[in-house]
Amino acid sequence: MQITKELVGYVAELSRIELDEAQTEKMQQELGAIVEYMDILSTLDTTETEPLSHIFAITNVMREDEVRPSADNEDIMKNLPETEDGMPVVPRTID
Amino acid sequence: MEYREICEMTALQLGQAIREKKTTSTEAVSAVLAAIEEKEPQTHAYITICREEAFAKASEVDAALAAGDEGLLASPLAGVPIAIKDNICTKDIKTSCASKILGDFAPFYDATVIEKLEKAGAVMIGKTNMDEFAMGSTTETSAYGPTLNPWDAGRVPGGSSGGSAAAVGARAAVCALGSDTGGSIRQPAAYCGVTGFKPTYGTVSRYGLIAYASSLDQIGPIAKDVKDCAALMDIISGHDEMDGTSLPQEMQPAGYLNAMNGKITGMRIGIPKEAVEKGLEPDVKKAILDMGRTLQNLGAEVEEISLPFLDYVIPTYYIIAAAEASSNLSRFDGVRYGFRAEGYEDLTEMYSKTRSQGFGEEVKKRILLGTFVLSSGYYDAYYKKALQVKAIIKQEFDKIFSRFDAILLPAAPSTAPKLGESLADSLKMYLSDIFTVSVNIAGLPGLSVPSGFDREGMPVGTQIIGPALGDVNVLNIGYAFQQATDWHKASPSACAAAAEKEVR
Repeated sequence: MQITKELVGYVAELSRIELDEAQTEKMQQELGAIVEYMDILSTLDTTETEPLSHIFAITNVMREDEVRPSADNEDIMKNLPETEDGMPVVPRTID
Repeated sequence: MEYREICEMTALQLGQAIREKKTTSTEAVSAVLAAIEEKEPQTHAYITICREEAFAKASEVDAALAAGDEGLLASPLAGVPIAIKDNICTKDIKTSCASKILGDFAPFYDATVIEKLEKAGAVMIGKTNMDEFAMGSTTETSAYGPTLNPWDAGRVPGGSSGGSAAAVGARAAVCALGSDTGGSIRQPAAYCGVTGFKPTYGTVSRYGLIAYASSLDQIGPIAKDVKDCAALMDIISGHDEMDGTSLPQEMQPAGYLNAMNGKITGMRIGIPKEAVEKGLEPDVKKAILDMGRTLQNLGAEVEEISLPFLDYVIPTYYIIAAAEASSNLSRFDGVRYGFRAEGYEDLTEMYSKTRSQGFGEEVKKRILLGTFVLSSGYYDAYYKKALQVKAIIKQEFDKIFSRFDAILLPAAPSTAPKLGESLADSLKMYLSDIFTVSVNIAGLPGLSVPSGFDREGMPVGTQIIGPALGDVNVLNIGYAFQQATDWHKASPSACAAAAEKEVR
């Protein structure tokens, strides 16, 4: 699998990460080497193997839908870069 | 008591000395703070020191013990100072993940393990340095600068729990917690000459552990010996309803410390031939073979086995870990935590500017890699494929553990590399994780114990790995080994003192 500059640009955009020209080139090289190494997996026959997410057979964890105390709004907001009236402030999203 | 004497004690010895009034928790905190002051300029193991909080907690514990508090009198580590990796949330105390993007984030809640330590009377002394978001094998990707190996300041302490391992190794912490996603407890423990344990997935709650790769992450102890690790497991393990992947209480191993009897007669232990043949440094190879012989002399049956999947573990691990990281780290957007970049036009630009300036290079690389393996067109060839290989790796381990109680593996192919060496070639750094990552892929318990020194005087560690939920057995094998050997008792200062004596 060849990692092109365009592909690096595409995943960077999906990831909301800006890369300049030099960074893009560096990432292209490094990701290229890593992905090339990862291609060793394609030599394994897995047609009969089901993908495994959890080691233990985990079932849904259910509980009664009851009201429980939640964190204090003020405590949460104190870690935010910008707040107003107990709410986060973000740039305008709709004109 | 002299502060160096306190700092050379194991956590259990110190706990006993406190209960027997030979010292106090307050004196223990002073001792560790004095050691930190002495060692920090060379090791830089800590990001935050909790001086005031530690003294407050220590005097609370001292008062409760003096008043005959039965709960604390029965708690083996009451009053003992402990260092905590900086990706574990601590209420009102900065938790940085060694990343710029979290800024001065001070969580409004404690992780479950912190609550449990608090109840057991342990005293948090500080938050330790790590690779940014636990992504790295050297603690060099920290936004707060690298931690240095206590045995040789020109070398890395390993990672990502390098601060915790270096602090215990330098005797600037009595014991510590780390987290292990692909070897992040076991490998730095080996590089720093201390004992580190990664428990079975689901035995220790991840609530309050800032996620890197949720299906692989597990919190565990780093300490001077196996018994301290067992004592810490008694405290931090157990079902937690706040963690959906926490195992039900009836499945959980228990009574870790009480089970340490060192009896391993008749236990079947395998040494994979691929691991011994695979480009190991000669001293690392000698250490694992010697350990096999020691365990055999203690009554275990040691046999050569095969780990046919070893070539596939690194790609499988890095695909799964990067995929989960790219998803987990999407929450760092400049809205909810610490850092926000300046000079943006709209919301999207604020996200990307914040993330570009807030994340370090290694983190960005893994986010891009994870986004790639999950993206449409590549998902089946990489992510799905990795989950299929994960199934194969688990099946192979199941086969091995139907015949063996445990296997041995090196903690790493070499001892601690020189600073800067690993970051120059990230693929090479990833490959050095070959002996640790399969344990996380299969959710197994893995213990790293000091097992020798190389010709340059750097510590070597060897892993004991067992089947899922075989944690107590794994620790007991390590305990038997430590009763028969002295490697775990060596510390940089003790070795320097011994060398000086020899010269005289």
